Amino acid sequence: MAYLELKNIYKNYGSGDATTEVLSDINLTIEEGEFVAIVGFTGSGKTTLVNLINGLITPTSGQVICKGKEVKETSHERGVIFQNYSLLPWLTVGQNIFMAVKEAFPKKTKEALNTIVEEYVEMVRLTPAINKRPKELSGGMRQRVAVARALAMKPEMIIMDEPLGALDALTRGDLQDEILNIWGKDKRTALLITNDVDEGIYMADRIIPLRPGPKATLGPEFKIDIPRPRDKTALNDDKNFKDTRNAIIEYLMDIGDARKSEIQEQIILPELEPKSFVGYFKS
Amino acid sequence: MAQDIVLKENKKSMVFLKPITTIFKGKLSKEKWLLSAKKTGITLASVLLFLILWHFGSQALYNKEANYKINKTLKEQGAAAAEAERACIYSGENNCQPNTLPSPLQVWQSLQLLIADHYVIKADKKAFEEKMFATNEALAAKGKKKITYTGRPSFIDIVLTSIKTVFAGFLLALLIAVPIGIVIGLSPFLKSAFNWFIQIFKPVSPVVWYLLVFMIVKTLYIGNSSDNSFVISFISVGLCAMWATLVNTAMGVASVDKDYINVAKVLKLGTFQKIFKIILPSSLPLIFTGLRITLSVAWMVLIAIELLAQSPGLGLFVWEEFQNGANDSNSKIIVAMFVIGIIGFLLDRIMLSVQQMVSFNKNEAI
Ligand SMILES: Nc1ncnc2c1ncn2[C@@H]1O[C@H](COP(=O)(O)OP(=O)(O)OP(=O)(O)O)[C@@H](O)[C@H]1O
Ligand SMILES: [Mg+2]
Repeated sequence: MAYLELKNIYKNYGSGDATTEVLSDINLTIEEGEFVAIVGFTGSGKTTLVNLINGLITPTSGQVICKGKEVKETSHERGVIFQNYSLLPWLTVGQNIFMAVKEAFPKKTKEALNTIVEEYVEMVRLTPAINKRPKELSGGMRQRVAVARALAMKPEMIIMDEPLGALDALTRGDLQDEILNIWGKDKRTALLITNDVDEGIYMADRIIPLRPGPKATLGPEFKIDIPRPRDKTALNDDKNFKDTRNAIIEYLMDIGDARKSEIQEQIILPELEPKSFVGYFKS
Repeated sequence: MAQDIVLKENKKSMVFLKPITTIFKGKLSKEKWLLSAKKTGITLASVLLFLILWHFGSQALYNKEANYKINKTLKEQGAAAAEAERACIYSGENNCQPNTLPSPLQVWQSLQLLIADHYVIKADKKAFEEKMFATNEALAAKGKKKITYTGRPSFIDIVLTSIKTVFAGFLLALLIAVPIGIVIGLSPFLKSAFNWFIQIFKPVSPVVWYLLVFMIVKTLYIGNSSDNSFVISFISVGLCAMWATLVNTAMGVASVDKDYINVAKVLKLGTFQKIFKIILPSSLPLIFTGLRITLSVAWMVLIAIELLAQSPGLGLFVWEEFQNGANDSNSKIIVAMFVIGIIGFLLDRIMLSVQQMVSFNKNEAI
C-alpha cells in the first residue's frame, strides 16, 4: 500500500471574485520508503502542496490519504521543514528543538530529550550556537536549526520545503548527506521541494515537476535509476545522470518558454508617443 | 563577536544608565569621550539657561507685584504707608511678601527645609513610639488597638505614599487587564462582546473614575472607621490606567504571527501549551508596551485622584499648599512638581528597560 496518496486535489484561496486557483488536478502516490522530489517555479504552489500534505490546510476538493486514512490535521508522523524556518524567536536554538522533541517523545526523561537535542544540534554543526536566539543567527544557520528540529522528531515521513536554499554549497552538500543518511537508516519516506535539479537528482528516487500556476498541475515524472549510495563527484561523469538532468532541464525550459510567450501574448502595449514637455509650463 | 557581547551587556543594564556605565567600563575611545562630553555639556548648558530664564522671570513677576502693592497702598493710604510697605517688602519680612512664582533659589531652600523637616518628624515619631511603648504593650496584652503616631507626614512620607499608591494601582491594572486582554484576544466572539465596554469606558476621565470608585467603596466600608482613602485612590488609579494594557494585550494575542501558529499545529501543542508557549511569549512585547503606558498614565492621574480622595500623597500636598497660601507654599509646590516629574521619568525608564529586555525583533527573527 502506498504511504501517501494525493487524489484529484484542487486548491483555491479566497472565494467569489477574489478566488485564486492555485493547484489543479494533482495526483501523486508515494510509496513507503521512497524519496520524491518536486521541482517547480516560484509561486507555483509548492508551499501550498506541502501544507496540504502535512495537514495545515485542507484541499478545496480531492483527498490526501496517508497510510489509508484521510489527512484532516497535522501529525507527528509527518515532520515538516518550513521554507521560512518558523523558529520561535524568544527561544534559543536548543530550546526550539527541545520543545519539538518533548512533544514528539512525551514519555522520555528530560536528560534523554536533552541528549537528542544535543545530537541533532551537533549534526547541523550548531553546537557553539546552541544558546543563541534565532535573530543572532545567519539565514543559513536558522535553516539548519529548522532541519534539526524536524529531523529530531524522527517522523515517518519528512516533508521538506526548499530546506537548503540559503546554504552555501559545502554545508548544503553535508546536510544533503545527513538527510539521506537519516532517511535511509529507518527507511523513512521523504518529500523534497527544491528549485535545484541537481539536488533532486542526487537525493531522490523520482523527480516530478510542478508546472507554473495558476492552476498548477504535476508534470511527467522522471525516474532516477542511479544506485545508492550516490557519489557526488562521480555523478558528474555518469551518463545516466547527465541524460536525466538534461531531460528535466529541457522540460522545465520548455514550460518556462511557453509561459513567457503566453505572458507576452497577453501584454498588448498601448500605442503611445512620448509627450514633449518643452514649453508646457509656459502656455 | 565582540559586538555581540557589548550588545548583550547594554541590554541587561538599565538603559538610562548607559552613558554612566560605559564611562565606568573605561571602554570609551577618545572621540566617544569627546562626544559624550559634548552631550553632557549641552545638557548642562540648557539646564543653566533654564535656571537663568526662570530666575529673571520670577524676579520680573516679583517686581511687578511689589510695585502694584506699593502703588495701591500709596493710593489708598498715602505716601507714608507706601514707604512703610516698600521697606517691609525689601526687608524680606514674611507677611508682606508678594505671592508669585518663586525663584530657583527659593525652591532649593524649600527642598532643604522639607528634607530637614523630614528628620524632625522622624525623630518625633521615634520619641512618641518610645514613650508609648509600655502603654502599647499593655494595650496589646489586653487585645486592644495600639496607639499610633498621628502627626502630619513629612514630605518623604508623602512621596512614598504616592509611589505606594501608584504601584498598587499598577498591579491592579495588570491583574485585571492582562487576563481579560488575553481572553478577548483569543476569542473574536468575546472581542465583539466586550468591545462596546472598552470603547465607552476607555475615555472616561480620572475624576469620574474616582467618583465611581468612591460610591462603591464608601458603601463597602460602612461601619468601618478605618481610613479608606488609600484603597479608593489606588483602585481609581488602576481602573483609569489599565486600558492601554487591555487593548495592547488583546491586540498582541490576536495578531500572533501565522508561522508560530503553524509551528504549534505541527507540534500538536494542546490549548494551554499553545497559549503559554506560543501566544503569550509572542505577544509579550506588546503587553509590555501597554504596561509602560499604563504606568505613566497611572502616575499622571495619581495627582488628581489623591487630591480628590484626600489621600496623603503628592496630589493632596500640592493642593493643601495651594490652599495654605503661606509664604513658602509656592516654592513647595514647585518642589513637588519637580519630584513628580523626576519620579515619572524614572518609572518610565525602568519600564523601558524591562520592555527592551522582553522584546525580540519580530521581523529579523522569523
Ligand atoms: N493564504 C493564502 N491566501 C491567498 N493566496 C495564497 C495564500 N498562500 C499562497 N497563496 C497564493 O498561492 C500561490 C502559490 O503560493 P505558494 O506559497 O504555494 O508558492 P510556492 O511555489 O511555494 O512559491 P515559492 O517558490 O516562492 O516558495 C501564490 O500565487 C500565492 O499568492
Ligand atoms: Mg514556497
